[in-house]
Amino acid sequence: MNDVTIGIGGAAGDGIDKSSETLAKTAARSGLYAYGFNSYQSVIRGGHIWLRLRLREERAYSQGDHLNALIALNQDSIERHAPEVESGGAILFNADKLRVNIPIRDNVLTVPLPVAQLIKPFAPVAPVMQNTVAVGALIFLFGLNFEVASSVLADTFGHKGQAVIDQNVGILKAGYEYAKEHFVPLGYQWKFSGERRPYVTGNEAFSIGAVAAGCRFYSAYPMTPASGILTWMAEHSERCGVVVKQMEDELAVANVAIGAGFAGARAMCATSGGGFALMTEAIGMAGMIEAPVVFIEVQRGGPSTGIPTKQEQADLNQVYGASQGDFPRIIMAPRDTADCFDTAVEAFNLAEKYQCPVIIISDLLLSEHPETVEPGRFKADVPIDRGALLKEVNGKNGHYKRYEFTPSGISPRALPGTANAMYVAATDEHDEEGVLISDVFCNAAVRRKIAEKRMKKLALALKDLPAPRIEGPADAEVTLIGWGSTAGVIREAVEQLNASGIRANQLHFKYLLPFHSKEAIDILKNCKRTICVEMNSSGQFARHLRAETSHAVTDKILKYDGEPLEPGAIAAQVRAILKGQPHSLDVSQSEAREIAYHYVRVHLGDEVRPGHIGKAEGNGYGEPLWNVEIVNRETGAKTGELHVGVQTGSTHSWQPAN
Amino acid sequence: MATIVELPVESFEGIVDPDWCPGCGDFAVLKSVKMGATKAGVSPKDLVIVSGIGCSSNLPGYVHAYGVHSLHGRAVALATGIKLANTDLKVVITGGDGDGYGIGIGHFIHAMRRNLDLTYIVMDNQIYGLTTGQASPTTMKDQRTKSTPNGNVEFPINPIALALVSGATFVARAFSGEPNHMADLISAGIQHKGFALIDVFSPCVTYNKVNTYPYFKKRVYRLEDEKEYDPANVRAATERSHEWGDRIPIGLFYKSEQPTYESSDLVLRKGSVVRQNMRLDKSVFQGLITELM
Repeated sequence: MNDVTIGIGGAAGDGIDKSSETLAKTAARSGLYAYGFNSYQSVIRGGHIWLRLRLREERAYSQGDHLNALIALNQDSIERHAPEVESGGAILFNADKLRVNIPIRDNVLTVPLPVAQLIKPFAPVAPVMQNTVAVGALIFLFGLNFEVASSVLADTFGHKGQAVIDQNVGILKAGYEYAKEHFVPLGYQWKFSGERRPYVTGNEAFSIGAVAAGCRFYSAYPMTPASGILTWMAEHSERCGVVVKQMEDELAVANVAIGAGFAGARAMCATSGGGFALMTEAIGMAGMIEAPVVFIEVQRGGPSTGIPTKQEQADLNQVYGASQGDFPRIIMAPRDTADCFDTAVEAFNLAEKYQCPVIIISDLLLSEHPETVEPGRFKADVPIDRGALLKEVNGKNGHYKRYEFTPSGISPRALPGTANAMYVAATDEHDEEGVLISDVFCNAAVRRKIAEKRMKKLALALKDLPAPRIEGPADAEVTLIGWGSTAGVIREAVEQLNASGIRANQLHFKYLLPFHSKEAIDILKNCKRTICVEMNSSGQFARHLRAETSHAVTDKILKYDGEPLEPGAIAAQVRAILKGQPHSLDVSQSEAREIAYHYVRVHLGDEVRPGHIGKAEGNGYGEPLWNVEIVNRETGAKTGELHVGVQTGSTHSWQPAN
Repeated sequence: MATIVELPVESFEGIVDPDWCPGCGDFAVLKSVKMGATKAGVSPKDLVIVSGIGCSSNLPGYVHAYGVHSLHGRAVALATGIKLANTDLKVVITGGDGDGYGIGIGHFIHAMRRNLDLTYIVMDNQIYGLTTGQASPTTMKDQRTKSTPNGNVEFPINPIALALVSGATFVARAFSGEPNHMADLISAGIQHKGFALIDVFSPCVTYNKVNTYPYFKKRVYRLEDEKEYDPANVRAATERSHEWGDRIPIGLFYKSEQPTYESSDLVLRKGSVVRQNMRLDKSVFQGLITELM
């Protein structure tokens, strides 16, 4: 089966996203599956952007761990990624500006494109449009359909008029024809099913799920990687009838959403970890006044401002612990892009049914990476359950009791504007009618019963949520445990392990609160060996699992360098664990190169790059060293040597060459 | 002490009696809110009173209407959400100076520049009362409080001037010693289309021994009694907002008719979202999917 990963490397502002989208949509319209991941930086121009696009005849569950083609938009990308291109692959670049100046693998085609000459007939051509030459050449080399690619460009630039469409398609064709004239295709024979699939990010899926479920209020403060929801909602506000409000800060964001939820609109807001920290007091209020609201927490690398454009799953403790006191909250971590749609729908129904805040915990990878989903997977006629919502209240039976003590803990809700049902929703503790018991007439018995009434709702909600289950062979020697967005990459790791003779399976959690403790215990007691795989440095979920089930996982695979998990790397770590090899935190050779790149950028400037890397003994800390040669980019001449500690990662010393 | 004037406000009569200190200025505000709402022709079922936290923020619990007794400093934000979801409701915000001008001042300023149709009544006693007497954002310079035993070194916030520069379209000040005047201002504020601020001198009889009823009684005068005063003139309003000493103005400082947020928002123009069909039209939904292909 064909499985191709294309890497596009360049700087921010090079138009990498657009090139990738053209390729991805070309594949998606032809019936292939696509999965893209853009590793970008928190800058608008410059920096190193590295986008991987995986195309497959069957569904891709992650960005994978291969590289079959490189479109390099700057010299940096050639130096960093050309050696990664696998045999049978190709390296495409603008021959006017760039060259392959480092060793590459055998049987890798280098495709220098005379871009200036090829675009001459279409002048003037904006720099970002020049990428389209490489896209055209790649389409030829990898056997994708030129006509489909042209149709994608026609749609992309449709709003700019026929002249712009013609120009772009012309450039695409120039690249395609040039490749056809000078190279032979790489031999990919695709089985195009012809089924057209939407190519969608998690943030888009959340948004579409929300509006399908009747979300009519969305508030936000811009914050990566949640801003995509705000952008989508603002763009579709009028069409979908959603009031979209950018507020002055996240405290306001959470409070307006709760106000809208209290007033009867299906309301949602989203942010990332730092913004969520500001929302926490309000989330407790939603629990206390029993207002339905949906929060989305899109994790990025923390702590504090952290690595804003990078991947991490380290906000779990914060989401569990948000706000003082005990109150019911439902926490869900969708497992893939399509599930983001379902989870948004579920969240609104649960929020209204149980009259409590529902928190969806996503992350940068899930929210921002685009992938194909099955046609028809997103449906307009989703279930809408508003729970115990009163249309009218008969005033003859005495005072309406907003917080009536019922066996289920759910009290029928009347919205402001309803006659005979006036009440005050108070953040102070209150009785069934909403009258305060916090001030003059504190009452221990009422307090106990209303606290129980609120918390009872969680036990009931648990019955609504599907229990976790083992995926893969039941008699596995190792079970990989995860939560949220890592479901797909762990699935691929499990497949790799089974293919290599290690019987492995997977236990993945989406519903984090309330938690299926009993069901989880029943599964875990039959697991031979458990490894929790998560993207934080302390094993936050493993700790939670232990609290809920008393099960201590055998091992953990933790990744917190900001880049997403890769299936091959997980499988390799599992094999090492099974062999009893201790996990090394030493700086690897490739990491030494990255550390050297950082040093070069900060202290030495763009004219040099890391060259040969070797190991040496001893330094001030008594640790071994990586000796990184720094060489001139043009001449390859050594300009000095950088010493990087193998254990600490410290850049101990820089010795310029004489 | 304030003279409470009885009006037929039974429909707003709550089931709980206030727990404020005897003589608290907030009693007059409570009465004036009920009178003002009655006068403005609001039905209790369509009124939502939103407060924050503090002595004065207990007010919604004493009124027979919908209410939210929300978080400290967040009443304005919460009320904004209620109004945006259901523009048919009359939303009145009540709270104190610490709540609105201290912890919640960011929301206060932004709400004014939005010009949503909200009425904000601040019971300004220039002290933190519920926490037993610390300096508030409106405590006067050099005043001794529990948190400023050597005298307050900061200058107080001027809520009226702040409202004028922040874009509020109805800016007024009342005094608990003049409840009928206050009720008129509240009624006008509720009927005003846009953001209305009514800052009220509501003396704390327990913890503020400076800004008392007698202090204000001998100083306040009504802008309505000044024949030449024009509340449409923002420069004149600004000048009066800085008047503080032997004479302190109360009444309507400024009023201007500007488009409200809800009349400018393309979605809200079609009516309250709580009344809209929750299901998206199938063709609209299909359009959302098609644009991803």
